[in-house]
Amino acid sequence: MKEATPVIERRPISEGSDWNFDLLRAYDREIGRVAAHYGLDTYPNQIEVITSEQMIDAYSSVGMPVGYHHWSFGKQFMATQKSYRRGQMGLAYEIVINSNPCIAYLMEENTMTMQALVIAHACYGHNSFFKGNYLFRTWTDAEGILDYLVFARNFVAECEERYGEEAVEEILDSCHALMNYGVDRYKRPARLSMAKEQARQREREDYLQSQVNLLWRTLPLKEAAEKERKEERFPAEPQENLLYFIEKNAPRLAPWQREIVRIVRKIAQYFYPQRQTQVMNEGWATFWHYTLLNHLYEEGRLTDGFMLEFLQSHTNVVYQPPFYARGYHGINPYALGFNLFRDIRRICENPTPEDRAWFPEIAGSDWRKTLDFAMRNFKDESFIAQYLSPHLIREMKLFAVVDDDRDEQLEVAAIHDDAGYQRLRQLLAEQYNLGNREPNIQVWHVDLYGDRSLTLRHFMHARRPLGESTPEVLKHVARLWGYDVYLESVDETGEVQFAAECRH
Amino acid sequence: MSTFVDRRLSGKNRSAVNRQRFLRRFKSQIRKAVSEAVSGRKVADLERGEKISIPAKDLSEPVFHHGPGGRRTIVHPGNREFVTGDRIDRPEEGAGQGGGGGSPDGEGLDEFVFELSKEEFMDYFFEDLALPDLVKKQLTAVPEVKRVRAGFISHGNPANLHVVRSMKQAIGRRLAMAAGPRERLHKAEAALEELEAQGLGDGPEADALRAEIEALRARVAAVPFLDTWDLRYAHRIDQPQPTSQAVMFCIMDVSGSMDEERKNIAKRFFMLLYLFLTRSYERIELVFIRHHTVAMEVDEEDFFHSRETGGTVVSSALELMRDIIRERYPSATWNIYCAQASDGDNWEGDSPRCRELLVDAILPLVQYYAYVEIQAERPQSLWREYEYVQSLHPQRFALRRIEGVEDIYPVFRELFRKKVTA
Repeated sequence: MKEATPVIERRPISEGSDWNFDLLRAYDREIGRVAAHYGLDTYPNQIEVITSEQMIDAYSSVGMPVGYHHWSFGKQFMATQKSYRRGQMGLAYEIVINSNPCIAYLMEENTMTMQALVIAHACYGHNSFFKGNYLFRTWTDAEGILDYLVFARNFVAECEERYGEEAVEEILDSCHALMNYGVDRYKRPARLSMAKEQARQREREDYLQSQVNLLWRTLPLKEAAEKERKEERFPAEPQENLLYFIEKNAPRLAPWQREIVRIVRKIAQYFYPQRQTQVMNEGWATFWHYTLLNHLYEEGRLTDGFMLEFLQSHTNVVYQPPFYARGYHGINPYALGFNLFRDIRRICENPTPEDRAWFPEIAGSDWRKTLDFAMRNFKDESFIAQYLSPHLIREMKLFAVVDDDRDEQLEVAAIHDDAGYQRLRQLLAEQYNLGNREPNIQVWHVDLYGDRSLTLRHFMHARRPLGESTPEVLKHVARLWGYDVYLESVDETGEVQFAAECRH
Repeated sequence: MSTFVDRRLSGKNRSAVNRQRFLRRFKSQIRKAVSEAVSGRKVADLERGEKISIPAKDLSEPVFHHGPGGRRTIVHPGNREFVTGDRIDRPEEGAGQGGGGGSPDGEGLDEFVFELSKEEFMDYFFEDLALPDLVKKQLTAVPEVKRVRAGFISHGNPANLHVVRSMKQAIGRRLAMAAGPRERLHKAEAALEELEAQGLGDGPEADALRAEIEALRARVAAVPFLDTWDLRYAHRIDQPQPTSQAVMFCIMDVSGSMDEERKNIAKRFFMLLYLFLTRSYERIELVFIRHHTVAMEVDEEDFFHSRETGGTVVSSALELMRDIIRERYPSATWNIYCAQASDGDNWEGDSPRCRELLVDAILPLVQYYAYVEIQAERPQSLWREYEYVQSLHPQRFALRRIEGVEDIYPVFRELFRKKVTA
């Protein structure tokens, strides 16, 4: 919609809002053609048409197409169903699963326009992001995930049969409480697949158990050796992956319980990139549905009615209410992401002197290559730090507020002016740093030769304390660990304060 | 390359199991909520779903997170008037500041509210409850079925062959199958006649026609008279036959001292019992007996709404009930339940008579007799006599004093608490 095309021959794919499978195919073919024209590299798509009821189902299992059973999914389902029935919320645009083939859901109630929008957004936008972004490439295995989820569900169901639903539920509750602490940030995870998992699972069970027993063996050691042992720290380095540490070292877990810890950990790991790339991922998909559909419109393949409906929902999605508006819930990731990608394209195509000063490498470059590079190599935090331009800061009228509990009042730290651009960029990037958003808690010490208690350490950031649910979470840790659990907070001066404990 | 899959018909209700898990986990809270809902509800519309709310903290899933405090810097959009260094008063809790304060899904609710379906609601309501001594007719009775006609089918037992239907089918089929050849036959015959009329009856043309006629006749004749797919069989299916029937007597004192409030409480008591019986019996009849000094059988409307004045003679109602049972509800084929509500007043000399009637004439015939005394000031003679009856028949006679609407449900549970099977 940028340059006015002189004469367009109108050959719309369809008119009216009804859809059928032939039309879906036709739109998909056209959108796919344009996507290829722009060089989007995607997994093959598997597009499933479902009912709204099924959409609520899909919602409540966090989009996993196959999931083990747990009450929390039921709770989620009921909450979603309620607000949907009351009309408090529309159902998502789309749910798309990072797998190969990439599974996307279309709701049967939607109009043709919405279906096309979802196809462009999910099947080409998100899909290419899943395939290209380095975090997804590193952390998830699109080939194996479905198999793994099937394995997980069967395994959990089998455990329920053997050990009782309640016993399994307890373990799952505890694991879910630690789900955000189930990722190694610096190791490449192994590939997941059902066949391998099943083949190795037995073996692993036995081996793991023998390792654990070695660690906890109680035979008396020679005195000298014992003294030496006492000096030794365990773990030698603090561990950030609590679930992994528990899976490998918790003294009292049965083999099947370890396997469940592992399953939750693997699934947490699978979702980890999504949590780190929300702005980018949604921004990318939104940018592309906007670009692809506009391209088709310019080719004359879409009707004016289609475009009006499309633009209306697009505008709703990328609307960013200002901070003083009633409906303001922080920054809308769709809006921020979409604006960022659009802004990069602008910098490439029509750079101002300011852009040339701030972005000498990309100003005037090929926007497709630049966007592709940005999509592949960043996560929210680094993406914002790299690409948030003064132009966009002004456009969104960003400003930063410091909320310090030692201060009576809030203070405006930076606004969209020359002095503030750098600061705002850095602050907004930090805001998307998961490490800052979640408390940094690590395994600090295990009293191997004493009461076997586990000590966790909370490294405070900006003096921010832990929330009120901490004792509850510690109970879950203690359930998994099997002995007392302590939690200490360390502030930035290095002073250790006792935070919480849970006696087993 | 994309594949389209139509999943609309498959895998509905995938979350049903998870929902059941949820309900099971929060059973005690849901039960409590159901019990509260019942006491606040009109009994007439007891059989519908209910909105249940559970304190959100009970079902929170705890995770490590930051609490309030410390130093935070948040970037907001839409700056209007601020410049760097401005100092602003803290906004009121929950106002504007969406960034950190509220819960992540924007629903800062203290209650988790969800809908129980009618079935689920009733299940919670009736949980652990069962009528005492159902053994007699109910539990041992295998539901009886009656075979009823249900049209015709093309496969079946030869004994069920329906001749008329089968012949009709055969006629239809014969007509249809022979229609083509027969038409051609008629044409050929007409042509032959014409040839013969022209005197060409010996020509080769006529011979050909004769051969054709021959063949067509054979073909028509070859259509079978009755074929296997003409056969029709009478179809019979099993229809469950209500074998268990119950009659429920509602006896209420309508003397002047029973005011509207007490009647309302009594009404709920009756309705609850009725509702419970509907779960156990296919067919339930209701008999309403109201009494002051004389008893009368009335319809439901009159029972609850007409006002009477005067004294109270409870035995009149019991006598009427006894007579009705004898006349209309032989206890061999009816399960008889009785619920009596009163404010406890009775003519002093009548109470022993009530006891006699109950022990000698009524209790031997009924499954269960429940008596509630509503907002009685203190136990009077009737209560004392009834207590004695209860000591004789603890299994099938129950009595209780209740104060208000919210007492009904617990009373009900008490009265019909599932007996530990011996």
